[in-house]
Amino acid sequence: MTRALPDGDSQVPSGIGNTAAGPDEPAISVDGLTKRFGGRTAFADVSFEVARGEVFGFLGPNGAGKTTLVRTLGTLVVPTAGSATVAGLALKPENSARIRSRIAVMPESAGLYQRLSVNENLSYFAGLYDVPDPDKRIAQVLASVGLADRAEDLCGALSKGLRQRVSLARTLLSDPQVLFPDEPTSGLDPVAAHEVHQLLDGLRGRGVTIFLTTHRLDEAERLCDRVAILNTTLRVIGRPADLRDRLFAKTLQVVTRRPLDRPDVVFTGLPGVQAWHDQDPGDYLLTVTDPAVAAPAVARAVVATGADVLSIGEAPHSLEDVYLLLVDPGTTGTTGIDGQEHR
Amino acid sequence: MNPISLRRVRAVAGKELRDYRRNRSLVAGMTIIPLVFLITPLVQVFTVTPADLQHGAWLVYMLGIPAVAPTVIAAHAIVGERQQGTLEPVLTTPVRRDELLLGKALAALVPSVAVSYLIFGLVVAVIAVFAEPQSAAAVLRGPAIAAQIFFTPLVAAWSIWIGIIISARAKDVRSAQQIAMPISLPSFAVALLVAMGVIPATLPVACLLAAILAGLNIAGWAMSVAAFDPERLITR
Repeated sequence: MTRALPDGDSQVPSGIGNTAAGPDEPAISVDGLTKRFGGRTAFADVSFEVARGEVFGFLGPNGAGKTTLVRTLGTLVVPTAGSATVAGLALKPENSARIRSRIAVMPESAGLYQRLSVNENLSYFAGLYDVPDPDKRIAQVLASVGLADRAEDLCGALSKGLRQRVSLARTLLSDPQVLFPDEPTSGLDPVAAHEVHQLLDGLRGRGVTIFLTTHRLDEAERLCDRVAILNTTLRVIGRPADLRDRLFAKTLQVVTRRPLDRPDVVFTGLPGVQAWHDQDPGDYLLTVTDPAVAAPAVARAVVATGADVLSIGEAPHSLEDVYLLLVDPGTTGTTGIDGQEHR
Repeated sequence: MNPISLRRVRAVAGKELRDYRRNRSLVAGMTIIPLVFLITPLVQVFTVTPADLQHGAWLVYMLGIPAVAPTVIAAHAIVGERQQGTLEPVLTTPVRRDELLLGKALAALVPSVAVSYLIFGLVVAVIAVFAEPQSAAAVLRGPAIAAQIFFTPLVAAWSIWIGIIISARAKDVRSAQQIAMPISLPSFAVALLVAMGVIPATLPVACLLAAILAGLNIAGWAMSVAAFDPERLITR
């Protein structure tokens, strides 16, 4: 059982974290950021902004440069070109320690000391963050991740899900302005992943800016206000719904009990219908300009043929469709913005 | 530049000491190596004539413990964390490189000096109780004991900085230990020459060696900070 940090938590002495960026200032601002390792480009010319309190999803295939970008924003990796502001501070070597005091990075691997207890691990990091009244703070973050009764357990004896929770508790110690969870549910079972989602939701409620790196598109769709897709360069950025609208034509799906005798006659020339094709017998996909205009006309036309209509509705496109279209166009079987079919 | 945060240094040192205590391979290394250094002085005292023991300062041989034993821990300091995946979370905190490395060095220094003094005390006690009075008198000389007490932390600290520098560059703990141990031996070689009477064990020589070691230790801290490259450590 997990619960979010209590609202009153802001009154807790809270490290050095939450006193910097102005209310209108973005939590993260990146301009033309590039990182090369010798001849290999990790990411190039990346620009975006993340508003304070926003949950921003960062998607991309393996090797796309996501983790390197997070490490760069976390001051662990020095960019080759470009500039950035993190938590109100310019990304410069002289600001590194101050930036790190305002952010928290949750690496994919929990990175806990296996021979130390949960409490000892957190005490160590409380010391590194200079957290005032560390015992009280540790008790609070452990309660917030549902581990109050596991404080004395050795981390090496915990399951992967519990270790991730300890890792999340560690990032909460300093009450960060910006949290960078990197694949936080990687390798977790659905229950443990759901608990991590609840915790991140709780942080959103407290106004923490979350820069979520993930492979899991359902996770991004559920948690994120906006997403960006990176594949060395930034491919797209926006709200999941906006991206679907931008990248895919509106589609109506019509399902009848039996295949129509002359679907070309039924669908051609209807108001708002631009194109159609059948994906299965009795299952038709229509590209339309406006579903609200096209759907009634389509329903009347199909019923007029005497067919039994099982359903008419807007065919949904998932964030996965958007992702596959941008990252691996060859795998999609959907109609793209250019009106052509992608298979 | 802001001053060093003693709280962060303490946090690092405290964590390291807790972790070392529960690391069986480190505890075994820190137990076996000092025991090896017990053998030679005891054999000397019980087999060599008191007249021959008058030459040199045999107790200085015991400086081999602080010269070699700390490399077991220090070589583990950075690459050990890197191998177990704990380095990156630490580097995302506000801790600075100099604070992190100072904390790690102090954590390695405490058990190294403690073990060195313990074994030295044991040797002195055995000689005082069981050796011929003339042999004991030849070996247990005030200046030699004082030199041992004074030089032990200096020699140990230098070995620790060498171990940390190598640990920051090595790919795994074992290779770091294999490299660090021989590199730390020159300070022991100097001690051995003093023990054998090749270098005279006089106060001016002791002061000169102490000054050199102190300088090397300050330089070692700076060199280890320079060798510690977070980007290389987490991306390669």
